[in-house]
Amino acid sequence: MACEVWQEKLEAYIDGELPVPEASAFSAHLRQCSTCAAETLERVQMKRSVAAAAGNAYPARAEFRRKMLQRVSKPARRGQWWPRLVTLSAALILLISMANFYLSREKARQELVVSELTDLHVAALASSTPVDVVSTDRHTVKPWFEGRIPFSFNLPELSGTELSLVGGRVAYLGQTPGAHLIYRVRKHEISVFIFPDRGGITANLPSPVTKLSFTVASWAKDGLRYFVIGDVSASDVDGLSKLLRNAS
Amino acid sequence: MSVQRLPAETFEELALPLFDQLHNFARWLTHDASEAEDLVQETYTKALRGFGSFQAGTNFRAWIFRILRNSFLTSRTGLRSKVTLDEEEAEMIASPAPSPEALLMAQANREAVRDALGELPIPFREILLLCEVEEMSYDEIAQVLAIPTGTVMSRLYRARKALRALLVQKLKGGTHGV
Repeated sequence: MACEVWQEKLEAYIDGELPVPEASAFSAHLRQCSTCAAETLERVQMKRSVAAAAGNAYPARAEFRRKMLQRVSKPARRGQWWPRLVTLSAALILLISMANFYLSREKARQELVVSELTDLHVAALASSTPVDVVSTDRHTVKPWFEGRIPFSFNLPELSGTELSLVGGRVAYLGQTPGAHLIYRVRKHEISVFIFPDRGGITANLPSPVTKLSFTVASWAKDGLRYFVIGDVSASDVDGLSKLLRNAS
Repeated sequence: MSVQRLPAETFEELALPLFDQLHNFARWLTHDASEAEDLVQETYTKALRGFGSFQAGTNFRAWIFRILRNSFLTSRTGLRSKVTLDEEEAEMIASPAPSPEALLMAQANREAVRDALGELPIPFREILLLCEVEEMSYDEIAQVLAIPTGTVMSRLYRARKALRALLVQKLKGGTHGV
C-alpha cells in the first residue's frame, strides 16, 4: 500500500479510531517506513504536548470547587434555601404583625374599657344621685345587688382604714350588668366595678396605672373582673384593691 | 438486573468527577477566570435541571460538555467570539506546512503551545481540547459539537495543521526562545 493511503489514516490511527485490523496493519507499515514513522511520532508528540499544556492548565479556585461540590452533592437543598428563607421570613413577619395587631387591639380594647369605666365613675359622681343604694354598711349593699346582677361578690371590712363605703348602683359595660360601688377616702371618691370576667372586658392591670389624673387597677378573681378607679394616689387604689382581693 | 437509583444521586456520581475538566474547558473557551466559573455553575445548574431528559446509558460526559459549550455560545463572550470558521480563513491558518524537526522543537515549549492554542479560533481550540485533553472519541466529540463524525475528522485535521503552523510561527518570531 502506498504511503499516501496510510497518511489519510494517520490521524485516526493516533486517535485510536482505526478498527483493530487496520490499526495492526498501520503498525506493521510504520516498522518498515521511516517517513511515516517520523510523521506519526511528530503527531503523537503533538497530541501529548497539547494535552500537557492544556490539560489542568487552569485548576479551579478551592472556594469555587467547594461551593460547586456542595451544590451538586446536596441537590435536594440546592436552590431551595431561598424559598425556605422567604417562607420563613414571611411566616415570621406575619407572626410579628399578628402579634402586634393582637397586642395593639388588646391594648386598645383595654384602654377603651378603662376610659368607659372612667366615664361611668365621673358620670356617677356628677349625678345628683350617684348611688342607688346609699349605705356605709357592706351588709346592706351586697344584698341590694341580688337579683339586679347575675352574680354575687364579697366586700371587705373597712374598719381601721381611712376608707368608707358610700353606696352602690348597677352599671353596664358592653351590655353586661355589673356592680358599681363608690368608696370615699379623704373626700375623694373611688369607684369599684365588678363584672363577670368575660372576653371583652379583660384588662389586666396588676399594679395601678395612672392616666389623666385617674388611677386604675384591675384584676380577675373567681370569675369576676374588678376595676378600681379614682382620682387618688396609686397607694390608695392599691390599698382598696388589696382589701377587695382579700374580702371574704 | 438493573437497579433503579435516584436521579439526583446518579447525577452527583456522574457530574462531580468531571468538575476539573469542565472548569478547565470553560477557562480555555472564555479566557477569563470569573466567566469560566459562571459558565461551570450555569452548566451544572442546567444539567441538574435537565437531568431528567438525559437518557441513562448514553454518554453523560458528552452530554454535559455539550451543555457547557452551548451555554458558552449563548453567553456574552461566546456571542462576541467568532465561533464559526470560513474555509478561506481555515486554509490561511493551516499553511505553511512546517518541518517535523521544527515541530518537535516547538512542542517542547509548553508556554508556546499554550499561547498557540489560546490564539486558535474557537472551533479549532475546542476540538483539540476535546480530543487531546479530554481524549474523547470522534463519536463523543460529534455529540458535544453536534456535528457529523466526518466533520469531526476534517476539522480535527485542520485544527492540528493550524496549531502546528502557529507554533512554528511563534518560535520563528522569537517570542519564546527555546
